[in-house]
Formats: sequence, C-alpha cells, structure tokens
Amino acid sequence: MKSSKPVSERVIEGFIHASAAVAIVALVMIFVFIGKEALPVLTSPAVRKEASVAKLFLPQSPGAGQPAKFSWQPVSKVPKYSLWPLFVGTIKATLVAMIFAIPLALGAALFTSEFSPDWLKEIVKPVIELLAAIPSVVLGFLALIVTASAVQRYFGLDFRLNTINTGIALALAVVPIVYTVSEDALSAVPTAFRQGSIALGATPWQTAWRVVVPAAFPGLFAACVLGFGRAIGETMIVLMASGNAAVLSWNPGDPFRSLSATVAAELGEVVKGSPHYHVLFFIGVLLFIFTFLINFAGQQFVGRLKEKLTGAR
Amino acid sequence: MSRRWINFVSGTFTVLTGLACAVLVAAVAIIFGHVLIRGWGSLSWEFLTAAPKNGMTAGGIFPAIFGTVFLVILMTVAVVPLGVGTAVYLQEYAKAGSRWVEAVRMAIQNLAGVPAIVFGLFGLGFFIEFVGKGVDSAFFGHHLVFGQPCILWAALTLALLTLPTVVVSTEESLRVVPKAHREVAYSLGATRWQMVRRVVLPQAIEGILTGTILAVSRGVGEVAPILFTGAAFYLPFLPTRLNQQFMVMNYHVYVMATQSPDIDATLPLLYSTVLVLLLLTFSLNATAIVFRSRIRRRIRGR
Repeated sequence: MKSSKPVSERVIEGFIHASAAVAIVALVMIFVFIGKEALPVLTSPAVRKEASVAKLFLPQSPGAGQPAKFSWQPVSKVPKYSLWPLFVGTIKATLVAMIFAIPLALGAALFTSEFSPDWLKEIVKPVIELLAAIPSVVLGFLALIVTASAVQRYFGLDFRLNTINTGIALALAVVPIVYTVSEDALSAVPTAFRQGSIALGATPWQTAWRVVVPAAFPGLFAACVLGFGRAIGETMIVLMASGNAAVLSWNPGDPFRSLSATVAAELGEVVKGSPHYHVLFFIGVLLFIFTFLINFAGQQFVGRLKEKLTGAR
Repeated sequence: MSRRWINFVSGTFTVLTGLACAVLVAAVAIIFGHVLIRGWGSLSWEFLTAAPKNGMTAGGIFPAIFGTVFLVILMTVAVVPLGVGTAVYLQEYAKAGSRWVEAVRMAIQNLAGVPAIVFGLFGLGFFIEFVGKGVDSAFFGHHLVFGQPCILWAALTLALLTLPTVVVSTEESLRVVPKAHREVAYSLGATRWQMVRRVVLPQAIEGILTGTILAVSRGVGEVAPILFTGAAFYLPFLPTRLNQQFMVMNYHVYVMATQSPDIDATLPLLYSTVLVLLLLTFSLNATAIVFRSRIRRRIRGR
C-alpha cells in the first residue's frame, strides 16, 4: 500500500468501510435496545408482580374462586397480560392472508415466467410491483371503510371488522414479495430443462408442473416463508381493520387483535417504566425474534436453490 | 390418459394461472380507480395549500405535505451515503466471499425483514431515550431538546428501515460495470478510490437513483416507525427545526380514518389525501421500474 494517499481519500475510504458495518450494528442495536426495555419482565420484582413470564403465557384467574383464563386487559383494575389472544389473532390473520396470497402470487409467477407472451409479461410484472407501492395505511383504510361491509355480507358474518376482511387486505400487502421471490426462482431454472421436457412431448403445463416447479421448489418455498414473515409483522392494516378485540377465538369471522397492532395502539398512551410499557417492548422482542428466524430460514432455502441449480456452493 | 384429456388439464391450469395474474392486475386497477373517482372531486389547489380546519372536516393538507417532504429529505440525506457506501464496500473493496462480507449481506437481508413497528420501538428506545436524552444531559443541562419525539429521530428511524433498499439496487448497478473498465483505470495509475469515483460510480448512477426513489416511496408510505418517534396528530404550525414534531400524510390518513369526529364530512378529504399519497408512491415506483428495466437491459445487451 502506498502511504502517500491524500487525507480526503483516506477519510472517504474510512467512511466506506464503516458504513458496511452499519447494517450489522443496527441489527444488534435493535435487539439490545428493545431487549433492554423488555428485560424487566424477566428481572424486576415490581414488574413481575403484575406481568411475569408465567402471567404472559399461563392462564390466570381474574379473581379469587373464578376459573383461570387467558385475557389481555392491560388497563383494568387488575391488569391482565396474557399474550395468547394476541398470538392467536396474529396467526389466524396471517393464515387467512396466506390462503389468499399464495395461490394468487404463485399462480401469477408461474404464468409470467412460463406461459405468458413477452409483451404481456412486460405489462403484468410492473403492475404487480406497483402493488408493493401502495402504502399499508391505504390498504388499511380501504379495508376499514370500503370492503368491510361487503365482505361481511358476502360471507354472512356477525362482525363488520372480521378476520377474513383484514386477511384479504393483508394478502395484498404480502403478494408482491411472494411474487417477486418466486418469479426470480422460476426464471433461474435453466432453459435447457424446459427444452428437454418439450422435446420429449410434454405440454407446457406438464413441463411447468413436473420440471420447472420441482427445480425451483426451494425458492418457491422461501417466497412463502418470507411472505409469512411479512404478514406477521404488518401493523397498520391490522390496526385499522381488525377491530382490535383481544378475544381468544380461531373463528375467521371474529375480530382480533395482533401483536404488532397492540404495540402500535398502546405504546402511545402507556406510562414509561410501568409493567405495561415493558410488556409492549417484550412483544417487540418476540416479533423481532420470530421474523428474524423466519427470514433466516427463507434465506437458507434461497441459498439451497442456487446450489441446486448451479452446483456451486 | 388420452392426449385430449392431457391437453384439457394443461389448458385449464394454464388459464387458472393467467386468472391469478388478472385478479392481481384488476386489484391494482380497482384500488387506484376507486380512489381516483372518489378523491378527484375535492382535490383542489386550496386542498393542497391550506391547513386542516374544523377538526379535519374541512380545509386541506398542506402541513402534512410539508412534513412528508421535510421528513423524506432528512431520511434521504442519511440513507443514501450509508447505502451507497455499503454497496461500494461490498462490490469494490471487500474480498468476495469472505466471512465479513457474508455477515454484512445477511444483516442487510435480515434488516429488510424486521417489521416496521419494531423499528418504531427501536427509534423510541435508542434515538429518543438513549441518544436524545444523552445529548440533552450532556449539552443542554437536562432541558428537553432532543430527548423527545421529533422529525430528526423519525427520519433516522426511517433511514435504517430503507437502508437495504438502497444497498440492494446500488449493488446491482455496480455489478453491471465491466471489469475491464476497472482494469483500465488501474493501469493508468488510478488509486482504488479514484477508480470508484471516476469510473464506477458515474456508471452506477441509475442504480443509486433507483434505490433512492424506492427508499423515498417506502418512507412516504410507512407509518408504524414514526408513530412514537415524531408524527403529530395535529400541529398549528409548520416544523422548522430538527427537534420539532411534524404532521405527515400517511399518519394523517390514519387519524382521519379512525378518529374523525364526523366521518361523513371527513371522507371526501380522506379520499383526496389517499389519492395524493397514491399518486406520489405510484409515480415514484413507476420511475424506479423504468430505471431498473434500463439497467437490466444493459446486462442482457452484453
């Protein structure tokens, strides 16, 4: 190395090296600083009296002699912090969203990569990418004001703000990521695979189903996993359209309350340092860990796809 | 199985996948069309330049537009140098395939998957409670200056959220620059930075712009990270300093949709605000798509 580099050059190269560390540092700091505020749930006696881990996860009796149950009522005379209604709500909405999103996104990806003429693909792909440009607050607004009554009527449900309606809006937020990742996976399958299959007399659909989809399978699976992660963390749609009722119910016709929406709705009004405050950060840590694991798993599958198709490690 | 049966099944499934495409395209068209029709009527010059009146049932959204622009400019100033720096490091400085590079890449991908609301918690716990309070006690004698929700912390929180977007599209465009161009620069005696500055970055400008535009679009749309870090329900003045709260369009939509005293009177204004928001994000993303297809065409053209 020449030591005669001008100072300005050294400064800028220092900045370039440092900026690469920002993503790692940010990820660690997110965990540390949210974890720091969540820690009293495990350590502080005052907080644990109201909201210990056992109270978050095990059924609690609301008063002497009454049967134990799971309830989330942080602002009541005896605050109750059971996370189960929130878990169930989050999972229920995510599953409904995936039921709508996966067939649509995978079907569309299959069509644009295997069957559609190029000119059509040039139109469809950007339009689906535009779906990603719709802010979640807009989808939440439409679900709350426009589609809620229609969905209630169509499915004959008891509640206007039900899980099916929210799930559909959530599906629209998830489709772009599932579509993009699976389209990439399908396009990465070498053309020779398809030519071989067609030469043996298979129809385009047989080729797609028996040759291309199996080859791209890890990528398609990754797409669904990443979509799942996105749906779990999505906040504004759920906050606006779910009704935010913390009821322990798997019924898709009922309203629900999710982990993310709980944080968004309650953190603004909570007393700093109270058990409630620390529980909300604890929920943040759980969301962070869930999505981190899900994304990590998704990336492993994408990596496996690359290995499979290129033979490289 | 007869040939005709096979053809029938194949055709059916092909049509079904086409139908999935049609549903998604229709969804985008219907959403935009619906908002356009309902929002166009009350969209006017006055709406764009006046402040909300009568508990947000009349007037306009100028403070929210102002806040959005201010917020996004601050965010861009923070995220673009960091994102481009990271991408340049990964493509031009780092040894490809090393442990550190893998770790940086993985961190970026994972950062992209962290829920927006978690960024909001982080902004509150780190920027406001830790950095802000720390600055206040060190420089302002414990007066409340930066230890509170404000536009600076909201912008920095959004900058972290959008960092992966900028890194990924900058990297993509750096990869397209031919190796020979770098070698020629070196052979003429350029240092690595001179080569990056004069040869690589000018060719990557489209990718950097694409990343910036997508980041801005994301920043315009996300509410969850700014809920506790600075967005205000209503402000009677425009923010002019970094430690003030601000109004912003997306949060304004949330507030009007969920907390209006008279939803029927608010609804036309609400639709118009959503229309402005959609026009903004759609045109930003459309521009980014055009830029990116130009870059991809260059890859294929080689």
